[in-house]
Amino acid sequence: MSTLEIDRVRKTYGNLEVLKEVSISIGTGDFLVLLGPSGCGKSTLLNMIAGLENISGGEVRIAGKVVNELSPKDRDIAMVFQSYALYPTMTVRQNIEFGMKIRGVSPANRDKAVRAAADLLQITHLLDRKPSQLSGGQRQRVAMGRAIVRQPKLFLFDEPLSNLDAKLRVDMRTEIKRLHARLGTTIVYVTHDQIEAMTLATRVAVMKGGVVQQLDDPQTVYDRPANVYVAKFVGSPSMNIIPCRVEVEGTTATAIIDVANRPAARIPGIGLSSQAASTYANRKVLIGIRPELFSVGNGQAQGAISVDVDVVEPTGPDTLAVFHLGGVEVTARLPPKQVNAGTAATLAVDTSKIVLFDSDSEELIN
Amino acid sequence: MANALSQPKPMAEVLPRQNRIRLGRLFIYAPLAVMAVLYLMPLWVMVVTSLKPLDEIYGGSFIGPPQTITLDAWRSAWSQACIGTECTGLRPYFVNSLLMVVPAVVLSTGIGAINGYILTKWRFPGANFVFGLLLFGCFLPYQAILIPMARTLGLLGLAGGIPGLVFVHVAYGICFTTLFFRNYFVSLPDELTKAAMVDGAGFFRIFWSVILPTSIPIIVVSCIWQFTQIWNDFLFGVSFTSGGNSPITVALNNIVNVTTGRKQYNVDMAAAMIAAIPTLLVYIVAGRYFVRGLTAGAVKG
Amino acid sequence: MNAAKSFSSRLAGWLPRIVVAPSLLIVIVTVYLFILWTGVISFTSSKFVPVYDFAGFEQFVRLWATPRWHTAVANLFIFSALFLLLSTGIGLLMAILLDQNIRAEGFLRAVYLYPMALSFIVTGTAWKWIMNPGLGIQKVVNELGWTSFTFDWITDPKMAIYTVVIAGVWQSSGFAMAIFLAGLRGIDNSVIKAAQIEGASLPLIYRQIIIPMLRPAMLSVIVLLSYIAIKSFDLVLALTNGGPGSATELPSTFMFSATFRRNQMGVGAASAIMMLMTVAAIIIPYLYSELRERNNG
Repeated sequence: MSTLEIDRVRKTYGNLEVLKEVSISIGTGDFLVLLGPSGCGKSTLLNMIAGLENISGGEVRIAGKVVNELSPKDRDIAMVFQSYALYPTMTVRQNIEFGMKIRGVSPANRDKAVRAAADLLQITHLLDRKPSQLSGGQRQRVAMGRAIVRQPKLFLFDEPLSNLDAKLRVDMRTEIKRLHARLGTTIVYVTHDQIEAMTLATRVAVMKGGVVQQLDDPQTVYDRPANVYVAKFVGSPSMNIIPCRVEVEGTTATAIIDVANRPAARIPGIGLSSQAASTYANRKVLIGIRPELFSVGNGQAQGAISVDVDVVEPTGPDTLAVFHLGGVEVTARLPPKQVNAGTAATLAVDTSKIVLFDSDSEELIN
Repeated sequence: MANALSQPKPMAEVLPRQNRIRLGRLFIYAPLAVMAVLYLMPLWVMVVTSLKPLDEIYGGSFIGPPQTITLDAWRSAWSQACIGTECTGLRPYFVNSLLMVVPAVVLSTGIGAINGYILTKWRFPGANFVFGLLLFGCFLPYQAILIPMARTLGLLGLAGGIPGLVFVHVAYGICFTTLFFRNYFVSLPDELTKAAMVDGAGFFRIFWSVILPTSIPIIVVSCIWQFTQIWNDFLFGVSFTSGGNSPITVALNNIVNVTTGRKQYNVDMAAAMIAAIPTLLVYIVAGRYFVRGLTAGAVKG
Repeated sequence: MNAAKSFSSRLAGWLPRIVVAPSLLIVIVTVYLFILWTGVISFTSSKFVPVYDFAGFEQFVRLWATPRWHTAVANLFIFSALFLLLSTGIGLLMAILLDQNIRAEGFLRAVYLYPMALSFIVTGTAWKWIMNPGLGIQKVVNELGWTSFTFDWITDPKMAIYTVVIAGVWQSSGFAMAIFLAGLRGIDNSVIKAAQIEGASLPLIYRQIIIPMLRPAMLSVIVLLSYIAIKSFDLVLALTNGGPGSATELPSTFMFSATFRRNQMGVGAASAIMMLMTVAAIIIPYLYSELRERNNG
């Protein structure tokens, strides 16, 4: 059993509050990603879990045991750092077995553990090299090997892929995912890259300004973001957030969006609970539409929108079309070669996945 | 920053060719060569004078090569020349300097290393203030502490001897060595110590197994700097020792200033060479590190 | 990294401070307490041994009434000004010339810098011999045919201080060169390329762009050389022993002889305090700006 509970944890430096009562709990085998921009407190939180920073308030429990006062070595954790932090004067083998040496593991067992880890990570041929003789990806593997041999209750990863080039980053991402599937250990992983969060996590905690904005599985975070901030942070290109007005007729709610030089666009059938419908009827809200919810439609269909396309950006598989709706810039992900810049286009919207936000609080409307 | 001396390309390399030619290679090499001759001249004079018999010195030119080469002056300077009333040559003083310099270098470098480690990797409230206190010690005009130090050495029973000098050099050397190591360790990533902490290493273990093995270059810098400073010191030697306990610089000054009768310039020069050889050797062998020590506190880096 | 503090045992948290404490104690005592002690002595009537009465500013008054001290202060100004000017100028010139992508740069650099590895006593001994009017440079030039040439500065009370300047510059200009060269190598080449594209000539680029960019190096050189100048002691002692008469007395030699040779410990302490204040006036602002910039960066 290796659960992690973060219970109303706070971090202050003097008067500066870096983390404000953060609560997260995950179960055995979960892959938690702490996602957020730099300065959101995610790395601080990870360091507090590791025991490298003091906990100003609240509790951290690993496998049910409060670890607030334990030093890192007694927390049964292993950590992979952004810079890998390999000991530069030791060989790969010495790097991997350093912790075991300190814990007094016998040479025979050390050797066995090093072999097993090296095998798993395919670095056996590198064991006698120094870190300076390794490529970025190889260093990354060694750092993971060093963590694996501890057989910890909890793996901590601090932006482990951000020093790699784009191609390698994708490969190593798969590698980490495979490792997690194989070892089944609980992992806490810090990143600012939302794709890493989506691909790796079983649970994502989106953070901003020392507060967890949303804690959910990745698909929920993507489909039902808790607020505008999460909606914009997760997904690329990010979700279009468009001011609109809600009109309620019977059981159907319709979003009405102003379009420059054209009649207002009407998107009927936006999912609103009857309670929300009565609250927001005839009020301004923010409508959230992912770029891929647009498709090229014909002028007669209900809910079709006519727009003037400003720019098209082909990406290969898709083309991104940029236009204006409700006074903001909107991006649609469309099949290639269907629209042209400087011409009008008629688009349909998949209303089943549209989300609405309160225009004052910017929170999701259920 | 010492790397800046050896690695990056000279500025001129990026300047277009015709400009470089316009400045004229001659106008570059001529002054450089003249300066080189001027800089080497005193060393040349010292060497040739020390190899000449006294009569040739009084008869011939001081700058010309020796007509007859003799090592008499060296022999005399090493084992016969009179320092005060004792005619032992420089040998015992050379030994004194060695006995002083070795423990002082080892102690000050070791203490500086651990101080630098603490001030960068185990920062505590007020660590910067502590560093500031140490830093000013590098620029202390030692005249301001001569009298109290003399009294204190007397109280501690260390007056007049080599152990006292070791203490003085360690006390003021710590300031420099801490500066060297702090500036070096600042560039080591903190994640290294964090990783070692997660691995279960403690304060001393991290220092010994992780930090020290990476700091060979700065250890060399510190040792060389301290060696030259302490070997070449005169003020502390002349203030805190007397008679047969003096370091070599004091003995050299006595030989040069106290001789009566016909002045033996060749012996003076041989004695000066003997006092200079250890630091010159260090400079020739490890000049790169010497430069780094010299400029360590000078340019931000 | 004030990490392990509260959660490992108390002792482990205090360990770094406990380990650094003895060094700190030694420095506090041997630097700051000793300065204070010297300060106290300068307000007493101490002569051969310290006595702890209160004599007010008597020793400072005596110090400033001593002609020898006036000579020392005047010499310090002459020596520092010339030493700084020449060392900086020669050092900068050599650094710029060495930076012209020349052959044998490593060798030349080593030649210019080796005097820095020598003891000032050795330097003084060597130059004393070279500038000896009977057998040194003067004799060589006379024998070459220029019989009226005289170079007897070392025995001339009016000129002797300049011999200290010569020996000091010989020893320290290489140091200035090393710092300037490091500064030159640290300048971003693209700035020079940009100026080149705008059609600026090489001397203009040096005057208008490169030398102004060496300001931090210049500051370091000036501060460190001033410090060397103020504490210069061994060089004078070995070269001229303060003479002829007291012609090359500097505050550092004055302090030493007052304290240890002439049994005027109070005056010696007062002169030491004057020196300390001069150094502090230069060094503390420098350290302050260096540290502040480092923290920002």
